[in-house]
Formats: sequence, C-alpha cells, structure tokens
Amino acid sequence: MFDSLSEKLNRTFKKLTGRGRLTEANVQDALKEVRLALLEADVNYKVVKKLVSDIRDRAVGQDVLESLTPGQQIVKIVNEELTRLMGEARMGLELVGRTPHVLMLVGLQGSGKTTTAAKLARHLRKQGRHPYLVPADIYRPAAVDQLKKLGLEIDVPVYPTEPGQRPENICLNALAGAGREGADVLIIDTAGRLHIDETLMAELETIKERLHPTEILLVADAMTGQDAVTVAKDFNDRLDISGVILSKMEGDARGGAALSIRAITGKPIKFVGVGEKVSALEPFHPDRMASQILGMGDILSLIEKVQDEFDEKEAKELERKLKRSEFNLEDFRSQLRQVKKLGSLEEILGMIPGLGKLKKLGNLKPDEKELVKVEAIINSMTAEERRRHKIINGSRRRRIARGSGTTVQDVNRLLKNFVQTKKMMERFTKKGGLEIPSFFG
Amino acid sequence: MAFFKWKRDSKTEGAPGVGSPAAGGAPPPRDSRDGDQGLGFFGRLRQGLSKTRDSFTGKLDLLFLGKKEITEDLLDDLEEILFTSDIGVATTQELIASVQEKVARKELRDTDKLKAALRDQMLAFLKVDEVGHPLPHPGEPLVIMVVGVNGVGKTTTIGKAAHRFRSEGREVLLVAGDTFRAAAVEQLTIWGERVGATVIKQGSGADPSAVAFDGLAAAVARKVDVVLVDTAGRLHTKINLMEELQKIHRVIGRKLPGAPHEVWLVLDATTGQNAISQAQIFNQALGVTSIVLTKLDGTAKGGIVVGISRELGIPIRLIGIGEKIDDLREFNAADFVKAIFD
Ligand SMILES: Nc1nc2c(ncn2[C@@H]2O[C@H](COP(=O)(O)OP(=O)(O)OP(=O)(O)O)[C@@H](O)[C@H]2O)c(=O)[nH]1
Ligand SMILES: [Mg+2]
Repeated sequence: MFDSLSEKLNRTFKKLTGRGRLTEANVQDALKEVRLALLEADVNYKVVKKLVSDIRDRAVGQDVLESLTPGQQIVKIVNEELTRLMGEARMGLELVGRTPHVLMLVGLQGSGKTTTAAKLARHLRKQGRHPYLVPADIYRPAAVDQLKKLGLEIDVPVYPTEPGQRPENICLNALAGAGREGADVLIIDTAGRLHIDETLMAELETIKERLHPTEILLVADAMTGQDAVTVAKDFNDRLDISGVILSKMEGDARGGAALSIRAITGKPIKFVGVGEKVSALEPFHPDRMASQILGMGDILSLIEKVQDEFDEKEAKELERKLKRSEFNLEDFRSQLRQVKKLGSLEEILGMIPGLGKLKKLGNLKPDEKELVKVEAIINSMTAEERRRHKIINGSRRRRIARGSGTTVQDVNRLLKNFVQTKKMMERFTKKGGLEIPSFFG
Repeated sequence: MAFFKWKRDSKTEGAPGVGSPAAGGAPPPRDSRDGDQGLGFFGRLRQGLSKTRDSFTGKLDLLFLGKKEITEDLLDDLEEILFTSDIGVATTQELIASVQEKVARKELRDTDKLKAALRDQMLAFLKVDEVGHPLPHPGEPLVIMVVGVNGVGKTTTIGKAAHRFRSEGREVLLVAGDTFRAAAVEQLTIWGERVGATVIKQGSGADPSAVAFDGLAAAVARKVDVVLVDTAGRLHTKINLMEELQKIHRVIGRKLPGAPHEVWLVLDATTGQNAISQAQIFNQALGVTSIVLTKLDGTAKGGIVVGISRELGIPIRLIGIGEKIDDLREFNAADFVKAIFD
C-alpha cells in the first residue's frame, strides 16, 4: 500500500543532479516525505514535528557520502536519528534487591497483558527464576481462567483467584503466599482499563502502594495510532511505569507508536511480542524498529545489519552463483538461516530497493513456522539432492517427507517455492540496477 | 431481522432494532462498571467523544478565533488537527485539497463556511452506498460471522449484539469458534449465560470449522433466529489463519446456503493506520459486510473510519462505547461527525 520511504526519497532526489552538499533547499522536499512517512507510520504528530526539525538541523550542510545518493544520505540520517530516539538495546528486567519481586502489567483493554504475563513467566523461568502468576483481572469474563490455563500450559504456578475477591486483596494474598509456592517473582496481570477511568486507575495506584512493584510495565499494542501518547502519558503520570512491552509486532503495522511512547515517557521498551504462542517474546531492537517505521525499504540499515551478520565471502559466492544460475537448495538453506538471524524474509525483501513490490507475492513469504519446516525438509535431503534439485523424484520426495516428519505435499510446495525464488532472484540479479551485491553486502 | 436490516429500514418509523431505544422494552441489565446511565444515545456518544471534541474542535475553534480570512497557515494548522485524529495522510490530503479548491474559488470566504465544508466532505467520505446483502431464507437463521485481529473486542461485541437481539425477542445461538485462545470458550459461555443464548462449543484446540458446522446444525434444528459465530483473533498477515477463516465461511455456506449473511469486522478505535490494512485484507478474504468500531469510549479519535469508509466502501455499522452489555450503538455518520465538530 505504501511506497517505502527510500523509494519516495529517491524519486524526490531524481531532480537533483550531481552530488555534493545537502542544502536547506534540497532537504526541504525530502523532509516533507519524511514527515508524511512518519505520520503514515502512526508516529504522533508532535513527535514527528520535533524529529523533522532535528533531522533538518543535522542534515543541512552535510556532505553527501561518496557511496550514497542524497536520498540515501537522508534516509541514513533519519534512521540514525530514530534509532537514537528509540533508546538503548536490550534493556532487560531489573530484578535486584529483596525477593519476591513484583512485576505488574498494565494497559488498555485488549492490549495483550494476559498473554504477555505468561510469556514473561516462561522467559523468567528460563533464566532460573521462579515466577508466580497472579490473575487480578476480575472484570473481563474468563480472564482469570485464561491465565490459569496458560500457567498450566507452561507449568508455572498461578494464584487461585476466586470470584468476588478484590484485585488489591488478590495481590496481597498472592504476595503472602509466594514463599509457600517457592516463588521469587510475582507477575500481576491486571484488568485492561481506559487511562481516563478514574476508579480503575486509582485501583492500580493502590496496588502499587501496597506491593511496591519492582517493575510496572505498560503493555501497548504495536498498531496503536496517535492516541498512544495520551495513553502512555496517563499511565506513566499515575504509575511511573518502569518500561514498555509492545505487543502484536509480527503483523504489518509500522509501529510508530513505539517512537511516540518512548518520546513521551522516556521509558525503555523492554520486550516485543511477536506472536500468540507463549514463546513469542523477544528483546527490543531499536535499530530494527527504526527501519520498520521507515517502511523497511531502508537499504542502509540492511547494509549495517548485513555487515555484522553476514559472512562476506559467502555472500560473494552466492552472488556469483545467482549470476550463473547455480543457486541450489544448499544455498537456499543457508540463506534461510541468514534470514532467521536477520529477521523475517519479508523484512529482507522489503529492504532491497525495488523488491518492495515482491512483498506482495504471498507465496514468497513463509511464516516463521514454515521456515522451521522448510529447513527440516532440506536437512532430510542428501547432499546430491540439495545440489541438483531436479533429481528429486517421487520416491525421493516420499523419503524426504518421512525423514522430516512432513508430507509429500510439503516437499512439493517447498520445491516449487525454491524454483520460483531461484527464478526471481536470478531475474533481479541480471537486470541492471538491482544488483544482488546491495543485498548481500 | 430488525437488527441487521436496521439501516435499510431506517426510514420506517418504529422499526425495532439496535438504533431504536424502544427496542426490548425493559431496560437491559447492567454490570458493575456503571455510572453514566440515562444520558441516551447522543449523550453517551458525545461523552465518549468528548475528548475527541475537546482536542479537535477545541483546537479548531482556537484556530478560527478571530480569523475570518482563510490563509495558507490556517490550512496547515487544519491539516495538523486532522492528522492527530488518526484520519491518515491520504484522507487528510484529500480533505484539505477539497476545501482548498473551494477557498481558491472564493466559495469559502470565512472560517464558518470552511468548517461546514470540511464536515460535509467528511460525511461524503463516510457515505457508503447500500448494497443488498442476501437475506436468510424464511424459517432459516440469520448467520453473522465476527472477525478481527486479536483483542479488538469481537467476543464482547457478540455478547452485546446477542443482548440486542434477545431484547427484540429473538432466539440467539452463539458459536464458540475461537478454539485457540485460552479460555475463549469460557468467555463466550459467560456472555451466553448473561444474555440467555445457547452456546455451541467443543474443546479447545478443536477445528473451528467443525464447531461452526455443529453450531449451524443446532441452529437449524432449534429454529433459532440469529447465529453469531465468534472466531479467534488473528493478524490479517497470517495467510494460513486467513485461510482458516475462509474455510469456516465455506463450511457455514455448505451447511446453510446463503450463510453467513453478514461478516462483521471489528476494529479498535485506538488502532492507527494499520486498521486500513486490516480492513483491506479481511475484506479480500471474506467480503466484510459491516464494520464495528469499538472502544470509542476512550480518547482515541476514531478518525481512521473516514479513510476506511472512503477507501473500501464498507459501511461502519456499529460502535462500541464501553464494556457493559448495552454499550453497543448504531454508527451514524451524521452524529459522529457532528459530535466531533460541535
Ligand atoms: N473500553 C472498551 N472496552 C472494550 C470495548 N469492547 C471490548 N472491550 C474490552 O476489550 C477487551 C478485549 O475484548 P474481547 O471481546 O475479549 O476481544 P476479542 O477481539 O474477542 O479478543 P480475542 O478473542 O482475544 O482476539 C476486553 O477487556 C473487553 O472488555 C469497548 O467498546 N470499549
Ligand atoms: Mg474473543
């Protein structure tokens, strides 16, 4: 639906011939595009205003780097500015001092608190902690039930909230019983509420006063629009939150809310939720978030990522193979592994200028589950099969399916996808302007 | 089926339905989170939108205060206000362009006229031509499938809508098609008990199409009037999950030709530009017949609706203005825009 920002900027800068220096005048048009891109990404209006003026100050007078077009130079500045604003990477939970620690999740209705509570419990247990889940949402039908079931699923104890108990008492009782459960971290799942609901906001303040939580985390939906600042500000003013968790990040939202919330509260984004499964919790990466807000068409951040994640020799080899149509399943697999390291395939595609359109080819973007399956299938092939996919006949397909615990249809689909990808990549490598080196460093 | 035909019947005085406060006779039961009863539809809507109005019209008035001339600066400021209402880049630019043209032609010489023109233009964007949807065959139930991304308010909307139908004296059957999220079945069951509707369910992890099939069979056997099918929240970008929805849709149609008669897409008013993508993709997959816009009782502006209506031509039919059983209202474009501008 949207052109990527770098595509737009490149168009804006088409008129400018030559390179040289960024001036007030030639930056002006580019900044208009930047402004609209940020607004389109749901960054709050006021935040955009401040950001654009900062970027202008930085950009004007800069020399355009030898290797970049003016458009790319601007994108680079924008990207750096956004990343800076987004804060440091990997701000984990700060659970220091006396146990049991209390961790409290707050937020609007439907923002994803209950699922996040279970995800955090799982995460903490993996770090050797002993979490205790506390269902304090007595309002939404079956909310307590939901957390109880999730606790069962991940084998983490859940305080047995009973109907009629008040949230404050639930929390106090749970705290008192934490020792008995051998727990050292309480995770309180509070009811979703509007930031303007006086009664319910006061309820949270009471819980805070009585339990002194180590962390109060605001769970916010990554798809939130302009209102994110109002909500975050109100929750932060009342509760002095310690951080933010962004939920539902795996969709196609550009996630400008992240920037808005960060700008208005100054509080770190600590995790992102990337799926409905209890395992779908990831640390927050400011740089990834920045390029996502910019529409992922950001070749510069790809270059940066590629620089530290990719083996350069491997990349050159891949490029050579693509040019000579020697790209095989072995390469496909190592590419998939790279994709897993770097983020989603869709993200990768989105970052190659001109390939943005390919994102719309649904069959070229398997989901993460799919990736695991694909890798299992390729693992079950012989080296010879990986090199020469054409020899994989019916009986080989059956063997591969059995070996990888998949079906023959899965194998067929994978081979079809592979052939398509191969064709597409070869086509784009051969055409001018879309040289693969920009993809693989 | 007064409820779902309401719009087409709206000119007929006294037609019972969600929009007529008279429907149902006795006042509906209320739950614990009360405190603003008796305001009536407009009152509640305006109360819900008060924040919107404060920030929107407040700014608008400030902007226009003492300014009779329409200047370029004024239009710029106007653009700011539209953006902060989540109206989005494309729609805002169109709205501005539409008034700009008139300003240039000197049709809008003062700010009052400009305001009115903006309001009209927004109304025009919100106006969707009614297309006739298939009606249930006589003696068969009206089947409504409710879809949307996670946490937008699908199950709650079903509870509220069921209550509405019940208060019109209709037999309602709920289908617990969310077999994925923990305790989703229990949540719907509680709503079923609250409103007096049968809930057809299977264990969690069951195939939602199978549950839908069972639900339809039961609905036909029991000759109920309305079937509301709950579905698991899903991001529109998950191809396999969208295919699962299409399968549920197909299975329902196989069991009862012509059904589902309605597909309601629930959107959260707090959502920004992504709501457009949601609407597009759910619509492509299933043919959305109506949009329900929830959580308008917060401070979110809900302006995204203007863009969706304009881009996709899907009518916004209902709004959610709270968590209580009767916090479901008819969406009325005139009231909506009026509540913003007044
Ligand atoms: N303030 C407010 N809250 C609402 C409204 N509609 C629903 N909610 C709340 O939003 C939360 C999520 O609602 P659900 O009905 O469970 O949403 P859902 O779409 O069924 O969620 P999933 O099935 O988990 O995808 C609940 O806490 C509801 O009470 C509304 O109009 N206003
Ligand atoms: Mg639900």
